[in-house]
Amino acid sequence: MLRFVLRRILSGIPVLVTVATLTFLIMHWVPGGPFDAEKILPPEIIANIEAKYHLDKPVPLQYLLYMKQLLQGDLGPSYKYLGRDVSDIIRDTFPVSFTLGLCAVLVVLGLGVPAGMISAYWKNSALDRSVLLLAAMGISVPSFVLGAISVWIFSHHWHWFPPALWEGPRHMILPAFALGAGFAGYVARLTRTTMLDVLSSDYIRTARAKGLTEPVIMFKHVLMNSIYPIVSVMGPLTAGLVTGSFVIEFIFSIPGMGRFFITAVTNRDYPLIMGVTLVYAVLIVIANLVVDMIYGWLDPRVTLK
Amino acid sequence: MKYSLTSKLSAGFLLIISAVAVLAPWMAPYSYETQDTLRTLAFPSLDHWMGTDRLGRDLLSRMIYGARVSLFIGVFTTLFALLIGTVYGAISAYVGGRTDNLMMRLVDVVFALPDLLMIILITVLMGRGVAGVFVALTLVSWVTVARLVRGEVLRIKEFPYVMAARALGASPARILVREILPNILGILVVTLSFRIPMAILAESTLSFIGLGIAPPFSSWGTLANDGWTAIKFYPHLILFPSLAIFLTILSFNFLGDSLREAFDPRSSS
Repeated sequence: MLRFVLRRILSGIPVLVTVATLTFLIMHWVPGGPFDAEKILPPEIIANIEAKYHLDKPVPLQYLLYMKQLLQGDLGPSYKYLGRDVSDIIRDTFPVSFTLGLCAVLVVLGLGVPAGMISAYWKNSALDRSVLLLAAMGISVPSFVLGAISVWIFSHHWHWFPPALWEGPRHMILPAFALGAGFAGYVARLTRTTMLDVLSSDYIRTARAKGLTEPVIMFKHVLMNSIYPIVSVMGPLTAGLVTGSFVIEFIFSIPGMGRFFITAVTNRDYPLIMGVTLVYAVLIVIANLVVDMIYGWLDPRVTLK
Repeated sequence: MKYSLTSKLSAGFLLIISAVAVLAPWMAPYSYETQDTLRTLAFPSLDHWMGTDRLGRDLLSRMIYGARVSLFIGVFTTLFALLIGTVYGAISAYVGGRTDNLMMRLVDVVFALPDLLMIILITVLMGRGVAGVFVALTLVSWVTVARLVRGEVLRIKEFPYVMAARALGASPARILVREILPNILGILVVTLSFRIPMAILAESTLSFIGLGIAPPFSSWGTLANDGWTAIKFYPHLILFPSLAIFLTILSFNFLGDSLREAFDPRSSS
């Protein structure tokens, strides 16, 4: 187990180095520097600023300096938010995005799994067909469409929920729903398919023959044997939620990493762009690791080597 | 082969909007930049079926021209990605060994990166606009195809008839094109129908957050972004583009589902 974790962490390193290198290169190829703003600064001041941020040095040296800083856990200062380090900004915004992501996962599992169970249990019923239709719609609707429409209906029209900001549980409902609904549709379909498989297996027939009650069969036998595919989809799901959060944070003006990332891109705030990108990459590597570990822990047939 | 009603409806819808997109200059009641300055931010009426935006431009006409951009990007980035991915995956699988290993390592790395993040970074590099979005989407999505094709080619190349072709002295190129390609065509068509909506989704999302298509072009995503700023009092401005994006993606997904059932007898739902 320990060896597995270590090996997986080691195998994540090339990915992270590639991400860091790629973002560094991309950011230095882009036309326009971070300091060519509206105001034209005197050349001396520009030279000073560039010297301070090592921008006057050759690109390979800048790269080495950046990687060295990175190894020390220092993401450098933000170019636009003066006096703030990228690490500070990330420390402030990460918890917001993380909470949003967790709420969305709750929506995904809370809606998707029960819907899939209902659908599989009453296969081919009207209920099943409506679940399938809803799931197809959920998969097809872009999160920004869902976000925008639900803001209009539930905030502007009915005033049930606040349309923006992040100040308490009431602020979390719409964004979490908009972010999670699409994946919920996906999980519902997946749950339905795997449950149908399990439902037609011999040991379920045995359980029925033993006279077990339907709830016991459904929850103890069927659900427990259907969760593996759901667990294994949680890795890609995390990646999807991470990128989905850009849009949701943009729509709902949530002060999370995604919104800062979008602003950083428009501002050409190199260190912030690279910092956020790296955090996302690390997050996805960790999520995949955790999913694999849960998988190995749940399913005795899988051995982690 | 039996196709469901939903897949027929979907195909019909997609045909209609494709025709509208191609014939945009003849279909649109106004040009996409004509301003009706007396009626800005108008609600839908007989003159302007979908209303007008804040500059008094006819939304229906802009939607029709936007269909061109959205569909063009969706279809052609996917075709490009399919082409690159198929060639890459097929070569990797057919050559095998160390080359295969090395080629797939690159795919693994690109695969590990979060898509939207990379797309955003590449569009930053290429500049906003159709070209940037096009390159970014292609670069991100070819890897999925490469993996898929590699797996299929690995499987098919061990079939007796491929060995027979090799024994008869057929060149690798001939074997790949004449013997193997026809057998993965079905999967490629299914992939196409599932990747196009993903590309449309990515483009519209990007344009919606203001990092995608830039003026003078506008896609449905750009229009949705325009509408978003006025959502409180003029919800129709975001409703129509949103609906177009949603229905298009939904139709492609329905179509993909039934194509998959048709081409892949193993998957039955």
